[in-house]
Amino acid sequence: MDKKILLAHGSGGSLSHSLIDKVFLKNFDNPFLSEKDDGAIVEIGGTRLAFTTDSYVVKPIFFPGGDIGKLSVFGTVNDLAVMGAEPLYISCGFIIEEGLDQRVLEEIALSMTQAAQIAGVLLVTGDTKVVEKGGADRIYINTSGVGIVKKDLSVKGIETGDRIILSGSVGEHEVSVLLAREEFPFRSRVTSDLAPLNQLASDILEVDGVKFMRDPTRGGLATTLNEIAEGIGLGIVVYEDKIGVSDGVAAVCELIGLDPLYLANEGKMVVVAKRDCTGEVLKIMKGNPLGKESEIIGEVAAELNGRVCLRTKIGGTRILDMLAGEQLPRIC
Amino acid sequence: MKYIDEFRDRNLCLCLIKKMESIMGDSEVTIMEVCGTHTMSIFRSGIRSLLPQSIRLLSGPGCPVCVTPAAYLDHAIALSETEDLIIATFGDMMRVPGSISSLETKRAAGKKIAVVYSPLDALNIARNNPDKKVVFLAVGFETTSPSVAVTAIEAKKMGISNLYFLSAHKRIPPALRLLAEDSELKVDGFILPGHVSTIIGVNTYLFLAEGYGIPSVICGFEPLDILQGICMILYQLKERRAAVEIQYRRVVKNDGNPGAMALLNKVFIEKDSEWRGLGTIANSGYAMGEEYKELDAGEVFRLKERPSVENEGCICGEILKGRKVPNQCPHFGGNCTPYSPLGPCMVSSEGSCAAYYKYG
Ligand code: SF4
Ligand code: SF4
Repeated sequence: MDKKILLAHGSGGSLSHSLIDKVFLKNFDNPFLSEKDDGAIVEIGGTRLAFTTDSYVVKPIFFPGGDIGKLSVFGTVNDLAVMGAEPLYISCGFIIEEGLDQRVLEEIALSMTQAAQIAGVLLVTGDTKVVEKGGADRIYINTSGVGIVKKDLSVKGIETGDRIILSGSVGEHEVSVLLAREEFPFRSRVTSDLAPLNQLASDILEVDGVKFMRDPTRGGLATTLNEIAEGIGLGIVVYEDKIGVSDGVAAVCELIGLDPLYLANEGKMVVVAKRDCTGEVLKIMKGNPLGKESEIIGEVAAELNGRVCLRTKIGGTRILDMLAGEQLPRIC
Repeated sequence: MKYIDEFRDRNLCLCLIKKMESIMGDSEVTIMEVCGTHTMSIFRSGIRSLLPQSIRLLSGPGCPVCVTPAAYLDHAIALSETEDLIIATFGDMMRVPGSISSLETKRAAGKKIAVVYSPLDALNIARNNPDKKVVFLAVGFETTSPSVAVTAIEAKKMGISNLYFLSAHKRIPPALRLLAEDSELKVDGFILPGHVSTIIGVNTYLFLAEGYGIPSVICGFEPLDILQGICMILYQLKERRAAVEIQYRRVVKNDGNPGAMALLNKVFIEKDSEWRGLGTIANSGYAMGEEYKELDAGEVFRLKERPSVENEGCICGEILKGRKVPNQCPHFGGNCTPYSPLGPCMVSSEGSCAAYYKYG
């Protein structure tokens, strides 16, 4: 079959990973990139900085719980926060399709300003390009961000027995966006969980035994867990009944055959912590509104070498693999 | 959706499994689930890991994506090359390989292919694009075909003249008969599809029990439904009787849904149909009937029968018949994975190979 870039290559699953390996890592090869993190830690004049970039192409650009502007700010803030850094400065690049209503752009800019205020970051530089009609879909935003590293987090310190904590229920962001698309045949009231995680992250960092944090965005919780397991070469066991799925998300998933564990989140956090400090971490997380539904969802296991295993609600077990491409809604 | 959790109660599940062990003694049984949604649910809930070793579950030809032949996709792909034409399809058809390409690859090459969630979405696309022709890929069993029938009726009523259907609709009972007659197949019981049965009811399956003596139970899709269904089959086997029973009483009625059947009969006629891996089965498909010929994409675009090239070595057919399991296929996990599937069983989220690969 002819080799073309497919939508599925952008889904964050293993197809995205193989594209990164085969094209980018091969060509850009350097020690920072081969860490394959969501960002890089660079040192400038003795200060350790976290540096990250992300592009936002969400459709529709307004959805219950947010819009592309807010998403682009919080998304980058969260990437920095889970790297153990305090997010400080953000840049934004706009690619706009000719014909976009100027009021829409203003609304997005306002939303970005508010988001930056809430997260305590500054939008310090930007760029705008306009492409001809059909050359883009309304508007795309790229944001990059830098922050000062407060604590070095890495999968490398993770060992057998460490606990996995999740800050709340999964799937709300992706489902809210899906529902907001006009093509979707039914309505439901699912609101995106879009939120800045920097305060929560910095609270958690206070605890000594915290080893790793990650926000499960594209590819969802399952993908994040697989990345962790792969990174450490150890297995992970998670308990289905501990992973929250709201009624609205569950209903949509049942209806069109999606698995909530693979759906994108924009305000959730996975934390790996040493076993004996889980209680403390959990307490801190529950004390923050964004983490009040936190649960210990699993632990790191020696046996499964690099695989994630789900203990199901009825007590069965199954392997929770990385997703191939996009999740495709099924026929009936 | 609160109510779903009751069907995932762990203690009840364990009870049922204990019960199975006591009914079974040391006999061995093979049970086939015919519907892909069952396959998926069995894997997702980890039922296989709980069942007594002596119970073997096989996955049958129950996923409409898996049984759609490459030739059909070749037609769809050829149509996508037509100027001013939009293909509307359910998502899981996107990655199914035709003889040389797939819809996903065609979409990447700029062909107009829209993923829809219901046939009515296709109708909307047609209405909003009066200068284009829209072809809906009508795939699915008796569960999906009624909504396609409704859409066709609606389209005609509204005078929409740019929507066409490429039907590969299939009927489950003839495929079950083929399986029941297969002398190599050793299935002791069937878990029958819940959704399909809400439409067609119970009577169409009676031949399984009466003609072939195979205990069969129509099951729901929650773990408890399936476990209870298995128990019901085991009881029948133990009592040496064969009947078609309904576990999924809360949804399935004896005579199905006569209203939906009437819609099907209005729009479609029964026709021989090719199943990937199983070959042509008499009267196992639905084609657009006389009254709806002008909406039949095959007729309107004069699509000719074409030989389809299946991937060499792909044993989807054997798998759908329950003779082999996916990891007996030489391609399994090697050059056939969900990332680059060779056969449809690896593409569809409900396909056996994909389920084995993902959850195996
Ligand atoms: S299409 Fe319906 S009958 Fe077929 S596998 Fe899916 S749920 Fe089962
Ligand atoms: S593993 Fe691939 S090639 Fe083998 S039977 Fe399954 S789909 Fe076909």
